[in-house]
Parts: sequence; structure tokens; C-alpha cells
Amino acid sequence: MNDIVRKNKEELLEIARHLRLDILEMTSKAGSGHPSSSWSSVELVSALYFGGILRYRPDEPLWPERDRFIMSKGHAAPLLYAALSKAGYFPREALWTLREVGSPVQGHPIQGMMPGVEATTGSLGQGLSLGVGHVLGGRLAEQKYSVFVLLGDGECEAGQIWEAAMAAAHFKAGNLIAMIDYNKFQETGPISREIALEPLADKWRSFGWTVHEVNGHEIDEVIAMLTLARQLEATGKPQFIIAHTIKGKGVSFVEADFTFHGRALNPEQAALAKEELNGTR
Amino acid sequence: MELGKKAGLKQCDQPLRNIFGDALLDVARANEKVVVLDGDLGNSTKAEYVRHEFPERFFNIGIAESNLVGVGAGLAGAGFYPFITSFSSFLLCNAYDQIRLAVAMSEIDATVIGSHGGITLGKDGPTQMGIEDLALMGGLPTFTIIVPSDPASMHAAVKAAPTIKGPVFIRSSRVPMPYIYPMENTPWEVGKANVVREGKDLTIIGCGMMVSAGLDAAAMLAEEGIEARVVDLHTIRPMDRETITAAAKETGAVVVAEEHLLHGGVGSNVARIIAESAPVPMQFVGLRDVYVESGDPNDLVKKYNLTSDDIFAAAKKAFEAKKES
Repeated sequence: MNDIVRKNKEELLEIARHLRLDILEMTSKAGSGHPSSSWSSVELVSALYFGGILRYRPDEPLWPERDRFIMSKGHAAPLLYAALSKAGYFPREALWTLREVGSPVQGHPIQGMMPGVEATTGSLGQGLSLGVGHVLGGRLAEQKYSVFVLLGDGECEAGQIWEAAMAAAHFKAGNLIAMIDYNKFQETGPISREIALEPLADKWRSFGWTVHEVNGHEIDEVIAMLTLARQLEATGKPQFIIAHTIKGKGVSFVEADFTFHGRALNPEQAALAKEELNGTR
Repeated sequence: MELGKKAGLKQCDQPLRNIFGDALLDVARANEKVVVLDGDLGNSTKAEYVRHEFPERFFNIGIAESNLVGVGAGLAGAGFYPFITSFSSFLLCNAYDQIRLAVAMSEIDATVIGSHGGITLGKDGPTQMGIEDLALMGGLPTFTIIVPSDPASMHAAVKAAPTIKGPVFIRSSRVPMPYIYPMENTPWEVGKANVVREGKDLTIIGCGMMVSAGLDAAAMLAEEGIEARVVDLHTIRPMDRETITAAAKETGAVVVAEEHLLHGGVGSNVARIIAESAPVPMQFVGLRDVYVESGDPNDLVKKYNLTSDDIFAAAKKAFEAKKES
């Protein structure tokens, strides 16, 4: 059984485009959600599921040896659901029930409600600790999996992130690979204006991590960086990838306006966005 | 502490936390999937007993309760059964949201141990005391909440925890509690309150050390010809509606005693059940909107009205109200 999906670049670009369209449709239909935060992470998540990085079995979501992916920035739930659906965890129709009463497709991910969702997130700052736990458990169970955590930049203001960062280095969690979707905006404004993260790379290095930087929208570069990070697992140092991204990537007028955080596009905007995303499928 | 003396209970020379440590070690020996997480208080909670024998399954995450809970939940995701241990106050107050998302909402199989519950840790003072832990746990709907009342029931609860579906909270304590039950074949079933003394005139419902105190009060009441039923409400959720309702109907008056704030505590939940099913006169023994101070536990329980004398007085009031109604 092949547990890795490795698409070529052309296919990956098409997958990324489809995911953006799904996110648009999901949040527009729901009338709420976080499209811009989801769009900024599309290449990062596509690289993991379709770029030959994660080992997973959609028909056996709790396969003990699976690589873990924890979406710590839980507001990017639409992206997570869209990617899981495309990976084969559940039928695409479920996406259109996002945020509806009676649907397991919750506004933020709830572990156990949808296959493939590894963690309950949405109250920010919590995912990295879970990643450390999965690493310790994998070690104890003598399993070889890797643990990937996608962090938002704003949530790195939370103390728990740094508690987990310290613990990961202490426990020599070389197979813990955290990526930050560094789109430079949190809900209320530019991070540099609100609560600045810089010098971000120095902070993580000083906590004992190996730090890499990448353009988070160049999918082949992202895949290369994830591959490198995985090769460095034996160093025993946890790996941190700073992925420079653009909030709202793919739709020009959303990229230009950070206030789209936490709101869906209205029907006119959605039609424009669909056009920009070349939405003929 | 003179817990259980009037009732003639056999004293235990070890604090309940030591009993917890023994029980945890037993469970770790029996089940290799059990892992223990510590917030750098293993020598106080006695979770460290496991560290000595199974260092590879013991993780001191340090003084970082949020991370402690998250790492524990991650270990559950990796197929292990975590016991996440610290002081009740620090764990719940520091990491409530982490417990809410990663444990309660995710409905993982895990046990949270809140040690040093109540005020009887004594001299370390109110910063360390867990007087709000049961109210906080009450706000997490998927949790089974357990408050053992003696060494045997602590063993039974810790042993049962990994067999319970979903998350479990067990309160531990720094004081010794006398034996209410035999250590072998302990009559203890999660969610099933134990009638530890029969009586027809009123019922004293307690948890933790207040069960022994309640038995002492019942002995005092007996001297006045009042026969009190005493119920060990060891499982706070799911609460044993049947036993509580039967007690209210059959004895006609109820006292609830807890080493906890009355606001949001056990008594308010028992009262809800009784109000819905069989309203009778009730009295409550517990902390009344106050932070306790440092002091010897014997002095504290007297000053803050958590003794068998206080239960006795409350029982007399409830009994009088029953006669008048």
C-alpha cells in the first residue's frame, strides 16, 4: 500500500487552486469563517498532503504509524477540511455543511468529529504541545512517524507556544517539524504594530530549534524545505520553518485588506474572487 | 485531624496522596499503556512513585501546566493512557482552556489528577488550595468527576479510571483519611453512590474527607436518638440521581458537606436533583465565598466550619425543619 501522495508541480498548482476555490465556496455558503487565513496556508498544507511528505491512510485515519499533522491555527479549518476531503478522508459534499447545525464540519476543528482531524484547535497556542506529546508517544511506542504542526503567526504570542518550544528541545524532538504561516497579520492588524514577533528566527534558535525560511507560496520550495527538515530529524533538534506568506493569497482585494480576517466574502466579492481564481472546473 | 474517630473508623497512617501514588504505580504496573505527566510536583502528589519504577513512562513537563496538558493529550493521540498530575489549583486554573479543548471537547481517554484539593493542605496557604476545582470541572461536560473518600476508594478510582470512556478527574488530598471500605473487594462503582450508614431520620451526603466527618456527625446524632443515613457521593458526575432521590424521599431531610466552595459545588448540584425530584429541607456545609488562610488543617477546618460538629449542627437544623414542614 502506498501511503504517500506525490503529485507533480502542475498537479500541485491545480490542487492548490481547487483548495482555494473550495475554501471560498465553503465560507461564502456559511456566510462566515476565515478565508484569508486559510488561503495563506494553502501551499503549506498542499505540500504536506500531496507533495510526498505525509504518510497517511484516508481509509484508516488512526493508523498508528501515520505522520501527524496538527492544524494549530484552527481558524484555517476550511483549508484543513478541504485538504482532508481531497486526500480522500470524506466526501466533498460534507464541505458545504461547514458551520451548519447538525454537521460535524465545525467552525473550528474538533478532534473525533471528522476523520483526519488530529486535534481540537481554535483557542490559539495549543497545537505545538500536542505535537510534543505525539513525539514522546511515538518514541515510546517505537514508531517512526514525524509530527508536523502548522502555527499561525499571531498565536506565537501565546506563552504555551514557548513552553512547548522549550520542552521540544529538551526532549530532543527531532521529528517535530513546526511551520509558521507568517503572513504578518493578526486579527486586529499588522503583527509588527500589535505585538511584534521579531526577531522570530533568533527566538526559535535560542530555544534550541533549527530554523529555516522559505517562500510559503512556492510549493516546490516548501516541499524541498520539508524534505530537508525531515532529513535533519536525526540531529535531535526540532525544526522550525518560517514560511513567508501573504494573507488572503490568491485574491487581490483580500490580500490588500487585512480586515477580511474572520469574515466571508459577500456574493459580489465571492464572484470576483472566483473569477480571479479562474474558477472554471 | 480527628476524622472518623467518633465513628470508630480505622485510621490510616498515610496521607491520601501517598495512597494515590501507590494506586497509580499499581495501574502503571498492570497496564504498559499508562503514562504519567507531572508539573514538577511529583514528590508532592506522589506521582513520582511511577518515576522510580518506570522512568521511561514518566514525563516531568515542568512548571508549565498548559503545555503539560497538551503533551498529555498528544500522548493519548499516540495511543497511550495519560495521567496528567499536579495540584488541583495550578492545573485547573492555569490550564483550564487546554483541558477544555484538548481533553474535554476532544473526549480523549485520559485522567486529570487534582492533588491537594480543599483546604487541608494547610500551612502552604490559599494560593495552593483547590477550593474551586469541582466547580471548574463541572464546567467541562464530558468529564467524569471523582472524589475518593478513603484509601480503598482511592485505589478503586485510580484502577477504574482507564476503563472509563472519556476524560476523568480524580481529586487527591494531602491529609490522611480513615478507612471506610475494605481494601479488598471494595464496594465501589463509578457513578454509584455508596450508602455507608443506614438511617431513616435524615441523610448526610458528602464527598472526600466529609464522608468520614459525616459518619462522625451521624454517631453524635445517634446519641440524641437521630438516625442519619450517610452517603458517599464519590462520583460527582455522573451524579447518582437514584440514590439521592431515594435518600430525600425516605429520610425527608438532607445535609450536603464538601471541602469546597458552596458556590458551584457539590451541594448546589445535589440540591438541583432534589428540587427536581423530591424537595425536602436541606442544609449545606462548605466554604462560603471565602479564601482560606495558612494554618494547621485542624485549626482551619474549625475556623472555616468543615468539621463533624458543623455537620451535626446542620443536620439538627435540617431535622427540625423536616419536623416543622
